[in-house]
Amino acid sequence: MEQIEFNYPAKRKVPKRAHVGVVGSGDLEVLLEPSEGEVSHVFIRTSVDGFRDAWKAVLDRFFAKYDGAVRIEINDAGATPGIVHLRLEQAVEVSER
Amino acid sequence: MSSKGYSADFINRQSFIELDARERAKALFDEGTSRELVGPFDRVESLWLPMQGVTPQEDDGCVVMKGKIAAQAAVVVALEGAFQGGSIGEVSGAKMTAALDLACADNEKGIRTSAVILLETGGVRLQEANLGLAAIAELMGSILALRKHASVICLTAGTVGCFGGMSLAAGLASYVVMTREARLGMNGPEVIEQENGVEEFDSSDRALIWAIHGGEQRYAMGLADALVDDDAPQVADFIRSFVSKGVPPVNRSSQVALYRDRIAKLDTSRQWDPKEFRALWSVNGLKEGKR
Repeated sequence: MEQIEFNYPAKRKVPKRAHVGVVGSGDLEVLLEPSEGEVSHVFIRTSVDGFRDAWKAVLDRFFAKYDGAVRIEINDAGATPGIVHLRLEQAVEVSER
Repeated sequence: MSSKGYSADFINRQSFIELDARERAKALFDEGTSRELVGPFDRVESLWLPMQGVTPQEDDGCVVMKGKIAAQAAVVVALEGAFQGGSIGEVSGAKMTAALDLACADNEKGIRTSAVILLETGGVRLQEANLGLAAIAELMGSILALRKHASVICLTAGTVGCFGGMSLAAGLASYVVMTREARLGMNGPEVIEQENGVEEFDSSDRALIWAIHGGEQRYAMGLADALVDDDAPQVADFIRSFVSKGVPPVNRSSQVALYRDRIAKLDTSRQWDPKEFRALWSVNGLKEGKR
C-alpha cells in the first residue's frame, strides 16, 4: 500500500461533505469535506504501488476545472484513472446537491 | 417476454442486489426515518489492514443505521460484500455487536427495537484472525440476548452470500430471508473442494452450488423463512412483516432435538440428492411444518 498526498489551489467554499464508492476490486472510496482557506488537500492510500504519476495526472485534470476548497481522502483498491475521475465527479455532484 | 422483445417488469424492477450496503440499509426503513451511526466520516477504520498493506475502508465495510421499520424502532446493520468479501474484523464486528446491544438495552427500557442484519460475508477476516473470531462469538451472544425481546432478521440477498462463522450467526436469527441468488452455508464450495477434493464438491459447478447453498433450496428445506425476489420494495415489505411478527413461538436454533433426529435418521452410506432433502425436511414446500 502506498500513501500519496497533493495540494491544489482553491477559490470557493463547498456547501457540504460527500462520501461515494467502495474499497472493492477496481473501485475506490472518496471522502470529500469542505475545508477553510485557499488550498485543497488530497490524501490517497492505494493498494497498487508505483503509480504516483498517474494519480497526479488524474488530479491535475480534475483540479483544472474544480475550484472548491476541500479535503479529499481516497482509499483505492486498484481503480483505473477513468473510474477515479468518475468517482471524484460523483463526490462533487453529491457535495453540491 | 412481451412483444417489445423484453420483459417490462424485469427492466423496471428496482434491484436490491445492485445496491451497496448503505443503500440497502436505507431501503428497508420507513421513508425519511433513518440516520447512520458511526459513518465513514467518523473514521473508525481497521488498524490491522494498513499494517498488512491492505487499503482500509472508513466504515470498515459495516454500515449501521437507526430508524423506524413498520413504525417501530429498528436498527439495520449491513455488511459491504465488495470490501474484503464482507469479512468480519475487529471494527466491523464491534459495530455490529454494539448496535445489537444498544437495541437490547432499549428493549429492556420498554422501547421495542428490532434488528435487521444484512449479511454478505465470507466470515472472519483472515488478516484479523482471532479478533474476527472473537467478534463473531460476541455477535452471537448479542443476537441471543436481543431475540428474546424483538425480531432479529437476517437478510442475505447476494451475490456474496453468507458463509463461515457468520452463517452460524444467521442460524440464530429469529427469521432468515433470502433471494434465489443468495447462498448460505458454513463451508463455501471452494473450501469444501480444497479440503475434501473435487469428487466431494466441484466448486466450478454453479448448478450444484445453488442446489445446495442457494436461497431456494434453503427455503425449501426450512432453513430460511422467506424467499424474496431481487426487488427492493418487495424485500422491504418482507422485512416489515417480520418486524411486525415479533419474537417467533419457537426459534429455529432451539429445535435441537428436531435437527439432531433428522441427521441421525440419514443414511450416510449413499449420496443424497438436494431434491430429496426438500421432500424429507421441507416445512415451506411439500409438507407442513411447525413454523
